Amino acid sequence: MKKRRMFIRMITASLMRRRSRMIVALLSIAIGATILSGLVSIYYDVPRQLGAEFRNYGANMIMTAADGSFTSADMEKGKKAVPSAELVGAAPYRYENIRLRENPVVAAGTDPEQARAASPYWLIDDGEWLQNSGELLIGAKVADSFRLKVGDDIELSFTPEAEREAAAENKTADDNYKTFRIVGILKTGGTEEEYVYMTMGDLEELTGVSDKIDLVELSVSASSDKLGEYAEDINLSVPSVHASLVKRVTASETTVLSKLQALVLLVTVVVLALTMICVATTMTAVVAERRREIGLRKAIGASNSSIIKEFMGESMLLGFFGGTVGSVLGYVFASQVSIRVFSSSISFRPLLVPITIIISIIVTGLSSLMPIRSATEVDPALVLKGE
Amino acid sequence: MSLLELKNVYKIYGELHALDDVSLKVEKGEWVSIMGPSGSGKSTMMNIIGCMDKPSKGEVLLDGVDISKESSKNLTTIRRDKIGLIFQQFHLVNYLTAVENVMLAQYYHSIPDEKEALEALERVGLADRAKHLPSQLSGGEQQRVCVARALINYPEIILADEPTGNLDEANEEIVVDLFHKLHNEGTTLIVVTHDPEVAEVAQRRLVLRNGKLAKEVINENFTGKIRFTDQ
Ligand SMILES: Nc1ncnc2c1ncn2[C@@H]1O[C@H](COP(=O)(O)OP(=O)(O)O)[C@@H](O)[C@H]1O
Ligand SMILES: [Mg+2]
Repeated sequence: MKKRRMFIRMITASLMRRRSRMIVALLSIAIGATILSGLVSIYYDVPRQLGAEFRNYGANMIMTAADGSFTSADMEKGKKAVPSAELVGAAPYRYENIRLRENPVVAAGTDPEQARAASPYWLIDDGEWLQNSGELLIGAKVADSFRLKVGDDIELSFTPEAEREAAAENKTADDNYKTFRIVGILKTGGTEEEYVYMTMGDLEELTGVSDKIDLVELSVSASSDKLGEYAEDINLSVPSVHASLVKRVTASETTVLSKLQALVLLVTVVVLALTMICVATTMTAVVAERRREIGLRKAIGASNSSIIKEFMGESMLLGFFGGTVGSVLGYVFASQVSIRVFSSSISFRPLLVPITIIISIIVTGLSSLMPIRSATEVDPALVLKGE
Repeated sequence: MSLLELKNVYKIYGELHALDDVSLKVEKGEWVSIMGPSGSGKSTMMNIIGCMDKPSKGEVLLDGVDISKESSKNLTTIRRDKIGLIFQQFHLVNYLTAVENVMLAQYYHSIPDEKEALEALERVGLADRAKHLPSQLSGGEQQRVCVARALINYPEIILADEPTGNLDEANEEIVVDLFHKLHNEGTTLIVVTHDPEVAEVAQRRLVLRNGKLAKEVINENFTGKIRFTDQ
């Protein structure tokens, strides 16, 4: 249609040939679009970023035995309910009462690597993390009361179930023994300091009973809603296991998250308002500056609606350019913030580009409404009388 | 029926009678010039005839329609369909080229047609300036673009308010020649001017003074011939 081509030719000419005039408007739209698309990026990336941050505070889901204990096969089945990409760590624990220099102590068998992944906040006060068979990581309180230090060799003993009666009747029980080398002292601020940690294999050797798990600590990078779904899945599909959330961790993560998102939302609204004011001001100036042109257009036959259409077309085109620039700069802005605040990169969301452009077209159009309305009030006679 | 008829038209600003009981008839195809000192009401009259302003009192019949009673929306339509305007200042849209400025009138009237717009520019001798912006044209050339724009939609009546006021002799001649051509094609012309030479070539001269029609002179020697050049 020929008329539409002339329309497009006119509004592009107005923007292109009046570049220096339009650059201010374009700049304010582009800056608004940049901040908006950047903040939206951050808004949607914050849960992931914050989740990763929160994974430092330990497990947010645990699996316990529905009845007594469960096996590693049960644990593997339970783990399947959580997408592997979201599973930061799943540490199995088995607790047994053993004796250290004839004193009862709780020994925990675990998978050292998983334990470290699930509980990154555990601090090795001295020495290093448990790695191999024959090594022992002892809680700080244990180290204190038995005056043990890194590098000491120590013998642990265990009375098997079958020998317990004999022990109770004060006969000599036939205990199991195993010697360990202390590789590290553990500080957590919790009851873990009263335990000694060894590999699952060593505990099985010491007790003579294998494939028994009391507890699995899971660290999952997901929202608390999702976590709840996973736990439900596990409870339905693995009857021998009971999965539950660690409320202390998930609740605080949710609170921090919602506060942060509310803040980002607030800033977004403020920036939106500022952008609209800025665009409205610029468009008011543009209309004032072009009163003569508007009068002329009316004098040669433009109706009010065609004046509105032309200015709206211009401001929407401006919104399109501003939005395009803004969506690119917004990504740069968001990734800079992400790197500085969370020290990780942000994922690029292709959908955000058209959304930013459409929103900036709408915002520009809306904020131009009032100024453009005033354009229709220009009286062609007055303008042409030679002001 | 006359193409244009003013019946006891007044335009009153407070105490001031910019037009004071003006009655006038203009026939189809007539060429009328309007003279008068500054402030005598010439532009006021042109604005009313051009459907850009309404009289305070009186009737203005254009093609039998009383435009003093029409809504401003209808006035826009009438202006677009029947009137071609030429102003003293060369009013062009400064970011559109010469041909685009002419096409603008087509755009509001019906459908833009670049070929036809270029032909109109050729008529005013500006075929080679079609792609120039107003700032790249001389005053005379800009005024000729305005003439091309005024005639592009074949208006019934062309209103020119001091069209040669800001032009040098040579461009004034070109514009007056264009009026001759338009007149020969049957276009009705009303030309406000200070310049007696421009006024004298019309069929009829009217003189306004303090908002009243003070004098009317019929040009006995009107030949309809182009005076300055013979084409
Ligand atoms: N909008 C207006 N408000 C008040 N006075 C006006 C207005 N327009 C014109 N006038 C007055 O009307 C008179 C006629 O003006 P105008 O038609 O422009 O004269 P001309 O074109 O003959 O020089 C002048 O005195 C002018 O000051
Ligand atoms: Mg005047």
